[in-house]
Amino acid sequence: MSTTVLPRVNYLNVRTTVASWLLTKDHKRIGVLYMIVVALAFFLGSIFAAGVRIELTTPAGDFVSADTYNRLFTMHAVFMVFFVLIPVVPAILGNFAMPLMIGAKDVAFPTLNLMSWYIFVIGFLFTIAALVLGGVDTGWTFYTPYSSNVSASNVLLAGLGVFITGFSSILTGLNFMVTIHRMRAPGMTWFRLPLFVWALYATSLVMILGTPVVAITLFMVVLERAFGFGIFDPRLGGDPVLFQHLFWFYSHPAVYIMILPPMGVISEVVACFSRKNLFGYSFVAFSSLAIAVFGFLVWAHHLFVAGISPYSAMIFSFLSFAVAIPSAVKTFNWTATLYQGAIWWRAPLMWVFGFIGLFLVGGLTGLFLASLGLDVHLHDTYFVVAHFHYIMVGGAIMGFFAGLHYWWPKMTGRLYSNALATSAAVLVFVGFNLTFGPQFILGYLGMPRRYHAYPDEFQVLNVLSSAGASILAAGYTLIACYLLYSLWKGEEAGANPWLATGLEWKTESPPSPHNFEETPIVNEGAYEYSKREIKVA
Amino acid sequence: MLSGIPLFPEQASTLAPEVDALYFFVTAVTAFFALLVVMAVVIFAIKYRDRTGDRVGAPIIGSIGLELSWTIIPFFISMAIFGWSTVVFFHLVRAPDQTLEIYSTGKQWMWRFQHIDGQSEINELHVPLGRPVKVIFTSEDVLHSLYIPAFRVKADAIPGRYSSVWFTPTKVGEYHLFCAEYCGTKHSGMIGRVVVMEPNEHQAWLSGGGGLSMQARGEQLFQQLGCASCHLPDGSGRGPALPGRFGTQETLANGATVTVNDTYIRESILTPQMRLVAGYQPVMPTFQGQVNEEGLMSLIEYIKSLPTAGQPAAAPQAGGTAPAAAVQSGPR
Ligand SMILES: [Cu+2]
Ligand SMILES: [Cu+2]
Repeated sequence: MSTTVLPRVNYLNVRTTVASWLLTKDHKRIGVLYMIVVALAFFLGSIFAAGVRIELTTPAGDFVSADTYNRLFTMHAVFMVFFVLIPVVPAILGNFAMPLMIGAKDVAFPTLNLMSWYIFVIGFLFTIAALVLGGVDTGWTFYTPYSSNVSASNVLLAGLGVFITGFSSILTGLNFMVTIHRMRAPGMTWFRLPLFVWALYATSLVMILGTPVVAITLFMVVLERAFGFGIFDPRLGGDPVLFQHLFWFYSHPAVYIMILPPMGVISEVVACFSRKNLFGYSFVAFSSLAIAVFGFLVWAHHLFVAGISPYSAMIFSFLSFAVAIPSAVKTFNWTATLYQGAIWWRAPLMWVFGFIGLFLVGGLTGLFLASLGLDVHLHDTYFVVAHFHYIMVGGAIMGFFAGLHYWWPKMTGRLYSNALATSAAVLVFVGFNLTFGPQFILGYLGMPRRYHAYPDEFQVLNVLSSAGASILAAGYTLIACYLLYSLWKGEEAGANPWLATGLEWKTESPPSPHNFEETPIVNEGAYEYSKREIKVA
Repeated sequence: MLSGIPLFPEQASTLAPEVDALYFFVTAVTAFFALLVVMAVVIFAIKYRDRTGDRVGAPIIGSIGLELSWTIIPFFISMAIFGWSTVVFFHLVRAPDQTLEIYSTGKQWMWRFQHIDGQSEINELHVPLGRPVKVIFTSEDVLHSLYIPAFRVKADAIPGRYSSVWFTPTKVGEYHLFCAEYCGTKHSGMIGRVVVMEPNEHQAWLSGGGGLSMQARGEQLFQQLGCASCHLPDGSGRGPALPGRFGTQETLANGATVTVNDTYIRESILTPQMRLVAGYQPVMPTFQGQVNEEGLMSLIEYIKSLPTAGQPAAAPQAGGTAPAAAVQSGPR
C-alpha cells in the first residue's frame, strides 16, 4: 500500500481553491461536482425511503401521520428520480469519461456544461426549499387535479424545481450530442465508438426531445395552481387525464434516460473483464437508438385503466411489447460476450452480474404490465413499485456502481479494496432482492401503492421488505466507506489498472487537466482485446 | 414462516381464474428465460474464469444468426402473451348486455354506492352471487380508482366522466374494496368491503329500507329543474325528445357524431353548449351547481328508462336492467 502523494499535475491538484472548483470548465471536475450534489440527493432520498419502510413494518399507520407519510414517499421519489436517477450516469460518469473516451480535450461547450450544473443546483435548491417548507404530497407523478387544484403542499416550488432541472438535462444532452459529432479523435469513426458513447448519444436524443414536454407540463400545473388556468380542471372544461398523457410522454422515455447510459456502462465492463470484443457490437449500438425512438411511442401504457379506449390500449400494449425486444437483445449479447472469454473477476464485473440479474427481473416483469389483461389487476399496486425499482435501482443504480467502480481509479488515481467492493455488490444484490422481491407478491395479492396503512394480511411480506431495506442500506454505507478510504490510503492505480482498451486508459490516472498530452489517433475498434499478443485462454 | 402466505388473492369472480391463468403462463415463460440467462452467465463466469487477468478471450465478434434468432423468437413469444392478454382484457372491459347496474361516486375519502332501487351505502357494496354486476362511477373531486382484487377489476374514477367495472361474483363472502389511485391524505383509508350474498338474501337486503328508486328520483328532478318544459316527449319542444334516445348516434351542430351515453348526458346537463345536437338552438342553460353527482346519475337512469315511442315503459323492477342499446364499452 502506498501513501505517497501523487506528484504529477493532474485535474484534481492543478488548482485546489473552492473557487477553482466552482468556476471550473473541466468536464472531469464538473462530473465530480455533479457527484457531490447527486450523493446528497441520494442520501436525502434514502432517508425518506427509510421512513417509508419503517412505517410499513406495521399495518396501522402509527410511525408518522398520513400527511407526513404522503410527503415521505413523494419526496423520496422526487429526489431519487429527478436528482439521482436521471443525472447519475450521464452527468457524472458521462461528463467524466465520455470526452476521454473519444479522445477529446473537453466537451464541445465547456462553459455551457458548467452552466448546466448551476441550473441543476438551482433546481435542486428550489426542491430543497419545497422540502424545508413542509414538502410535497402529490406523488412524484404530480397527477391533476389533485396537484393543480387540491393539494395544500408546496407543489409550486417543487414543480419549479423539476422544471428548472429539466433545462440542465436538455443542455447536457445538446452538449453531448455536439461533442460526439464534432470532437472525436482522428480515426474514431462511429463504429469504433465505445458503446457507452453510443448509449449517451441515444440518451441525449431523448433528453432533447422529451424533457421540454415535461417541463412545459409541470409549468402548466404551476400556472393552473397560481392563476387558475383550467387546463386540467374538469369544472372549467379542462381534462385531468390530458396531464397524464403529457406527463408520461416524457416520463416513459425518461426511464430510458435512466437506463440507457447504465446499459452502456455494462457493455464497457463486460467487454473489458471478459477480454473480448463485445458480442454483436452494432446490434447493441443500434438497439440503444431503437429504444430511444420507440420509447416515445408507449406512454399510454400508464393509462390502461384511466379511461382510454380499449383499442388504443391495444396499440400501446403492442408497442410496449415491441420496445422490450431491443433490451432483450442487449442482454443476450452481454451474456454471449462472456462465452469463451478470459473472465477476470474484479469488483466492476460483480456489479455487472448484479445488474444483469436485477435488470432481467425488472425487464421481464415489465411484460406483465404491458399485458392488458394483467395490468388491470396490477396497475397501481406494489407489483408496479417492485417492477420499477428493479429497473431503476436494480438497473440504473447497479449500472452506475459498475461504472463508478470501473472508472474510480481513473477519477481518483487510487484503487479501492476489491474484496470489500465485491462484498458490497453481494450485500446490495441480496438486500435489494429481499426488499423488492416480496413486493411482487404483495402487488398480485392486491396491495395498492402509496398506502399509509394496510390490511393485516400484508404484514409478513412488508416486514421482509423492510428487513431487506436495512441490508441494502448497509451495502450502500459500505461502498461510501471503502471508496472514501481509498482516497487517503488507496494503492496508486496507474494509467490502466484493468488493462482495458479504451482511450481513457491511455492517459494517466488521474488525467491531466487537458486529458491527453497529444491527441490520440485511433486505428481499431473499441474492444480489440483478442488482438493483444498475450496468451489466449 | 412463508408457508402461510398465499401467492394469489381469492378468486371470487368469473374473470379471476382467467386473469390468474394468464398470470401463471406469463410467470412461467418469463421465469424460463430469466433462468436461461442466469444459468448461462453463471456457467460462463465459472467456466471461463481467469485468475491472472492477463489472458485474452477468443476472437469472436458476433453472429447474425444468433442476433436474428434472439430477436425473432422473443418477439413471437411476446406476441403470444400480447394476444392472450388482449383477449382477457376485452372480457374485463366488455360487460354483457344484461347487468345489474349500480352507481357510485368516489370522493375524498369514501365510496358511495347508489342502488337503482333506492338503497345507498358507504364503503360497502352488496351484490348478489352469480349475476353480472356493472358499477358505473365518477369522482366528485380528484382521481380515485375503484379496485376489487378478488374480482381482478379496477378502473379510475375521473371527475367529469363515467367509468365502469363489471364482474359476476362466484363466491359468497366479503372482499376488499380499495382506492388504488392516490388521492390525498386518507387515500389508504378510502377502503371498504364488497359483500357477495345469495340472491334471495340480497333481494331481502335491497328491500330493507332505502328511499326513492333512482328512476323516480330522476323523474322528480326532471320536473323540478324544468327539463320537462323543453324536452317534450313528442319532439315538439325546444330540446330533443328523450325517449328512446339513450344509446343512439346523434349528429352534432359541428358535424361530428356522438353516442348518447352516460358521459354525454352528464356533459349535456352541465355544459350544454359544448356538444350541441344539430338542429337545435343553444338555449339550454347550464345546471352546474344545481344538481349533484347522485342527482345526475338519477337523471341518467330516468332518461335510460324512457321507452322508445310505441314501446311500453320498462317496468321499474327490482334491480332494473339496462336497455340492450346501452353502450357496452362503458364510458369512453
Ligand atoms: Cu412507461
Ligand atoms: Cu385514493
